[in-house]
Amino acid sequence: MADSVVALDRPGVAPEASGRRVRWEVARRLLRHRSFQTGLALFAIVIAAAVLAPWISPVNPNKLAMRARFLPPSWEHLFGTDNFGRSQLARVVYGAQLSLFIGTAVVVINAVFGTLIGALAGYFRQLDNALMRINDAIMAFPAVLLAIGVAAVLGRSTPNMILALSIVYVPRTARIVRSSVIVIRQMEYVQAAVAAGAGHLRILRRHILPNSMAPLMVQLSFLFAYAVLTEATLSFLGLGAEPPTPTWGNIMAEGRQYMREAPWIIAIPGAALAITVMALNLLGDGLRDVLDPRLRIQQ
Amino acid sequence: MGRVIFSRIAGAIPVIILVTLITFGLMRLIPGDVTAALGGVNSTPAEREAIRQNLGLDQPIHVQFVKWYAGLLRGDLGRSHLLGKDVTQTMFERLPVTLSLSAYSLVLTILLGLLTGMLAALRQNSWVDQAAMMFAMIGVSMPNFWLGLMMIVLFSVHLGWLPSGGYVPFMQDPWGWFRATTMPAISLALLQVGLLARITRSTMLEVLRQDFVRTARAKGLPNYLVVGKHALANALIPIVTVVGIIVSLLMSGAVVTETVFSIPGVGQLLTSAILNRDYPMIQGGLLIVTLLLVGINIAVDVAYAWLDPRVRYERG
Amino acid sequence: MSLLSVRGLQVLFGTERGEVAAVDDISFDLGAGEVLGIVGESGSGKSVTALAIMGLLPRPPARIGAGTIWFEGQNLLAFGERDMQRVRGPGIGMIFQEPMTSLNPVFTIGDQIMETVRVHERVGPKAQRERAVEMLAKVGIALPARRLDDYPHQLSGGMRQRVMIAMALICRPKLLIADEPTTALDVTIQQQILELLLDLREEFRMAIMIITHNMGVVAEMADRVVVMYAGKIAEHAPVGTLFAEPAHPYTRGLLDSIPSLAGERERLKTIPGTLPNPAAMPPGCRFEPRCAWRIAACAGASPPLESIQAGHESACIRQRELVQR
Repeated sequence: MADSVVALDRPGVAPEASGRRVRWEVARRLLRHRSFQTGLALFAIVIAAAVLAPWISPVNPNKLAMRARFLPPSWEHLFGTDNFGRSQLARVVYGAQLSLFIGTAVVVINAVFGTLIGALAGYFRQLDNALMRINDAIMAFPAVLLAIGVAAVLGRSTPNMILALSIVYVPRTARIVRSSVIVIRQMEYVQAAVAAGAGHLRILRRHILPNSMAPLMVQLSFLFAYAVLTEATLSFLGLGAEPPTPTWGNIMAEGRQYMREAPWIIAIPGAALAITVMALNLLGDGLRDVLDPRLRIQQ
Repeated sequence: MGRVIFSRIAGAIPVIILVTLITFGLMRLIPGDVTAALGGVNSTPAEREAIRQNLGLDQPIHVQFVKWYAGLLRGDLGRSHLLGKDVTQTMFERLPVTLSLSAYSLVLTILLGLLTGMLAALRQNSWVDQAAMMFAMIGVSMPNFWLGLMMIVLFSVHLGWLPSGGYVPFMQDPWGWFRATTMPAISLALLQVGLLARITRSTMLEVLRQDFVRTARAKGLPNYLVVGKHALANALIPIVTVVGIIVSLLMSGAVVTETVFSIPGVGQLLTSAILNRDYPMIQGGLLIVTLLLVGINIAVDVAYAWLDPRVRYERG
Repeated sequence: MSLLSVRGLQVLFGTERGEVAAVDDISFDLGAGEVLGIVGESGSGKSVTALAIMGLLPRPPARIGAGTIWFEGQNLLAFGERDMQRVRGPGIGMIFQEPMTSLNPVFTIGDQIMETVRVHERVGPKAQRERAVEMLAKVGIALPARRLDDYPHQLSGGMRQRVMIAMALICRPKLLIADEPTTALDVTIQQQILELLLDLREEFRMAIMIITHNMGVVAEMADRVVVMYAGKIAEHAPVGTLFAEPAHPYTRGLLDSIPSLAGERERLKTIPGTLPNPAAMPPGCRFEPRCAWRIAACAGASPPLESIQAGHESACIRQRELVQR
């Protein structure tokens, strides 16, 4: 990933030569970048909350306690309780688990399939036209509508949610990888490798893919944010995990009826969502500034 | 110029065809028995058969396909099972509502987004820049339905200034329309404002670095001309391309905003259609919305080509 | 009194390692109608000097550390931005190295030329157009009236530079600063542009400050020459004297490195070494590390400019010996 910083500066030189030292340099620059630091800190908090859920809130998130309904946030119930007396702290924290899990899954699938499709389209000109037409067709649908459509068709479940989000976002990732590959394919060191008789697979593996990583990493970071946001939106509309499993979206959907009496039910998961998305955006900004400032305009 | 328009439209045709294919295919991919879902748990086989015939699902797939396309070309997208009305008619009843909300949002987006971005670029690294970019970051990160709900809690429930939902057609009562659509428009716009502000800022910074800006100053032009004419004219070109993305995001956002604010627009129509498995409506509605977006993107492409003289006067 | 008088100019740039002087204690004069050549390698501070005169340095990171710039009796460095805008165009015009990127691609050249007139003079659109056509004709563009509606990308490099010149001179400034005007052009065009500049100087009676790294251009154009090295002036002389009796090792090196078509084929002579890092200037004479004439005293203190004859100054301790050789 770090290699592309060097690659884009000096087209004649094969960047693999720089290796470990460049990676360290990039890591240091990242850690010094203010947005990245803030994003990392916030994201770490969210991850910690999700991972440490059982300790933070030993209460079962689905446990009813009808005598403790509609309690506002207090020392005893940090995030208050809802219409069933369920601890909001527990529900939000367990909801974090699910959001992060779905986000990670979508990012992984995008990394794999987005790269595959993008690299194929960018490298093999014969495939480019066909693949990009399909890509454009999928991208023509508004993201949320398509996701709703796919999720509704497949049925409510977490794997289906992940699949729906992946279908919506893979074309966008593929486009970015394709752009990278097209630029790098024309660089002199790749042409040198071709002239030396290297096969396609080798060129892709050794030269093109490692150097396309920078824009991909930036995109994946923002993608995590979109995925979490879209999942919450779908959940809110009734397409996410079935109740009583808590997701930030469905907590807000259920809490909507009690907006007047208990606004904290909606307020807190939404804030958690906003913070998570912001953390990911900040990470993305940091990655983009350090890895390739030239990407600034596209984002 | 005509050549540019033609090539854009020609390039969009395969995409349009694929979109219709995907929409058609989506509905046929549903696992399980559609008719059981539509008819209800207690429906008799006869009732289900009636539904099947109604939707044309009893025909072989290629016949369905042809009938679908034939209907398409006539403008007939079938009947909504749920509402008992014509799909096309319902869509066009609801479209003005969504369009008016989207237009309001778009105006807000462009005004606020451009202004914020330009201000940030001109006062780079100052507190104005930092504040503007923080505002943009918040806009991009905030879930629009949450913002909508929070605004309802504050402005409707606590302060009672604005209605918590519903819609009033502009023609009927402009002030009422304004009161009903302001909160939804703001919650819808915030994401786009953030996005536009960020892109405007980076584009302006890039343009301000260019040699011709230095030349403009060297001619003794006042700052407002250097920035407002020379820099802006060039910056608008890449920014215009973002408008296409923004409109698509507006549609995506409208879906949930209309639900939060109970606005009878296309977004809410489609959402309830999807949740209630109203297949003809889903198919037709999705198609119309997407084709609209494809059209807008073509328009954006053409505008881009027209704005940039280098593209406009391309030889051959 | 000279038209332009620079005294003790120092320009500082803020970097990660503190402030660095790109231009350090520069002084020279330019008389009305004179052509002054400013020569030096890239990084010597020539362009920075020009931008400082025009007030076009980006501040931050640049800052004027010291000095005055007198133009027509007023200190430009004391001017605010508004006042400078009035000077740019009618007082001093400037053309740059890259005609391709120096013109705004989305406006016609007519628009760009006319707006200069429009901003500085109270003249109606028809008159603006006439002036523009007249100016384009003067810079040697055929069918000028038609060209007004062309966009920059529709013109060749040479034509674009002519348009730049027209734009810079349309308000009849007394001084034209030309920063490497021909470097980016084809060789055949270069000659035409230089001749054009000299013709215009005659016709408009204006002074030209031409910045270049090409000694051939200097020989062609300049009345007097200032040789800059690493932010300081190395030598200052009328052009004939400079070429005949260079009094600074750097000037010598520059002259020696000009390849000659006559005579035997020999290796190209170069000046060994590179410009010093502005953040780490040598304590004594800045040229000392690369100098073939250096002695121990050279590393001690930076030599001041001293006069050899009237109008000829050099910043080398051994200048008299150099001239005798």
